[in-house]
Amino acid sequence: MTETPLLSIRHLDVNFIMPDGQTARALEDVSFDVSPGQTIGLVGESGCGKTTTLMSIMRLLPSNGRITGGQVFYNGLDMLTFSERQMRDYRWKEMSIIFQGAMNALNPVMKVGDQVGEAILLHNLMDQSQANRRVDELLELVGIPKSRRDQYPHQYSGGMRQRAMIAMALACAPSLLFADEPTTALDVMIQAQVLELLKEIQQKLGLAIVLVTHDLGVVAEVCDSVVVMYGGKVAEYGNADQIYNQPQHPYTQRLLESFPDLNRTVDQGAGSDQTLASIPGTPPRLTELPAGCRFEPRCHLRIERCSQEAPKLIDVSAITAGKGHFAACHLCQGPEAAF
Amino acid sequence: MNQKNATPVLEVTKLVKYFPVRQSIPDSLRRKPLVNVKAVDNVSFSLARGEVMALVGESGCGKTTIARTLIGLEEQTSGEIRFDGKIVGAQTRRARAGVLSMDTATVGTREQQILPHMTIKRLRQQAQMIFQDPYESLNPRSTIFEVVAEPLVVHGIARGRGERVARVKTALEEAGLRPAEDFFLRYPHELSGGQRQRVVIAGAMVLEPELLLADEPVSMLDVSIRAEILNLLNDLRKRRGVSILFITHDLSTVAYFADKIAVMYLGRMVEVGVTKDVLKNPQHPYTRALLSVVPVPNPRLRRERVILQGETPNAANIPSGCRFHPRCPVAIERCKQEDPRYVEISPGHLAACLLAK
Repeated sequence: MTETPLLSIRHLDVNFIMPDGQTARALEDVSFDVSPGQTIGLVGESGCGKTTTLMSIMRLLPSNGRITGGQVFYNGLDMLTFSERQMRDYRWKEMSIIFQGAMNALNPVMKVGDQVGEAILLHNLMDQSQANRRVDELLELVGIPKSRRDQYPHQYSGGMRQRAMIAMALACAPSLLFADEPTTALDVMIQAQVLELLKEIQQKLGLAIVLVTHDLGVVAEVCDSVVVMYGGKVAEYGNADQIYNQPQHPYTQRLLESFPDLNRTVDQGAGSDQTLASIPGTPPRLTELPAGCRFEPRCHLRIERCSQEAPKLIDVSAITAGKGHFAACHLCQGPEAAF
Repeated sequence: MNQKNATPVLEVTKLVKYFPVRQSIPDSLRRKPLVNVKAVDNVSFSLARGEVMALVGESGCGKTTIARTLIGLEEQTSGEIRFDGKIVGAQTRRARAGVLSMDTATVGTREQQILPHMTIKRLRQQAQMIFQDPYESLNPRSTIFEVVAEPLVVHGIARGRGERVARVKTALEEAGLRPAEDFFLRYPHELSGGQRQRVVIAGAMVLEPELLLADEPVSMLDVSIRAEILNLLNDLRKRRGVSILFITHDLSTVAYFADKIAVMYLGRMVEVGVTKDVLKNPQHPYTRALLSVVPVPNPRLRRERVILQGETPNAANIPSGCRFHPRCPVAIERCKQEDPRYVEISPGHLAACLLAK
């Protein structure tokens, strides 16, 4: 990755103040880069900080969330120093987001076409008639017939609503698109259609996409590089091939084993005595984090050191014969990552 | 094998479930014909003891309607459901009237009310349903003990306090919630998604049923927890010999423990067979398409996917001929006219396609 990244996150820390006064360390030392036109996947279990990462970048954290450290560079400018007014200019024009839960993210009492056009008008990019034309274009791009622009969200199926959400996110021609679990509530066939659509749009418009999901299969289908998160930290970061074929962090390894692979199961003979690997236990509570590695209580390879010292991100590229592969585990050998 | 083991737990013959679409007053005055949504259209299958069958298909293909009809939440339009060799479901409506008549006493004679009422109650003791969303299917104001003990209360089983506690404890422990006593007085909101789904399973297993109807039991859960719940269901099948009808849209989750797979499209089973046959040698183009879009967790194995355009058509207006032909990538002219019969590909492996060999 020699080109200048479009977005680079450096040592991002985010805290939440809980109603009982406790501090939850939602993100700690999160760093990664997004190059122009690249698709990067953020994976991990619920509550590991994937959505929080997106919301911090967009500066849309709930009122009890605070960014306590780090930088978010967009085209070389640190967005964390921006005023709210500057930020408002960036949102949607430079970067936009497909929110989680397409079923509920649309306004039920507003026509879909008007919702798609709303952002264009709010940003004063063009007048009403031009905006209307732009909405038609956008709907066509995502495969919604023009005749349905004056319908309401309840008249749309789940897949169509997701398409409308995508059209909305593209309204102001951003260069960076965040997609938060864009396919989670959808059927496999509709999921495939939506992923295909995202890929197509990316090629046409040269977008960079940050895809948040807990589904490793989806990431493998569309992503160039992957950030595996656990308990608010980056566990492993590398390109898709490294992560899937030479995972270095025990969490990544376990996560991959627990994913039911159709090819593998069919070859072993279905209905036989196999059991799927699973990761016992639950992710740590962010208010009571363990002193050492956050994965230590659930890790099958833990050693003495893991419970005392939090591992740093190690550059493991030498082991996996590549570049830009990092893992945060005491068992990995290599120089410390130079972020 | 004794007699009891030889009869299938569940035998469904030509099950049909239509939902009439409500007509507007002008339309009914014009005597327009009533339109039916054909949710389940002539489906037959049987499930042996300890067997797991997966019902796979997109939203709106009738999977859930089958389960709801089996357990008497809907009444079938026609067809026969035999549970343990005994006919159930046909008297459901009267049975429901029977339940109602406890308060209102208006329908039928006392005898008529009681007989079918017993039937459905016994059925629900033997067949239990696990719903999709463990965040919604538990009463937030009941403790875990109350949730799991409720079926016992409803069916008047294990009336003694000690016995009831013992049954609940066993059920929770078998569902992997150990030590069970720690969970008795907790409320659903204190548990994680995976634990909640375990409570739901414990509540279903406390009656020691013969059949579990699992409607997308893992689709709301994280991947790592999914595996645990699938392993639990597999374990219950092996240890307790419970049969499971597993409803899902995701082939990858069932491949490793279902004995049989039935692929549904628009209310019809388009392909049925032993898991290995269906997955290794899919004959129906719909099955092939479904298989091709299952995400493979390895970027080196990205492959050509058959992505069907559009969505499942409206079940009120089923296409002529083969119901899949408008979306089928390999449809021929004949498909528009002729509704394909089942072709036997190998013993027990059936596909409803004109091109199947």
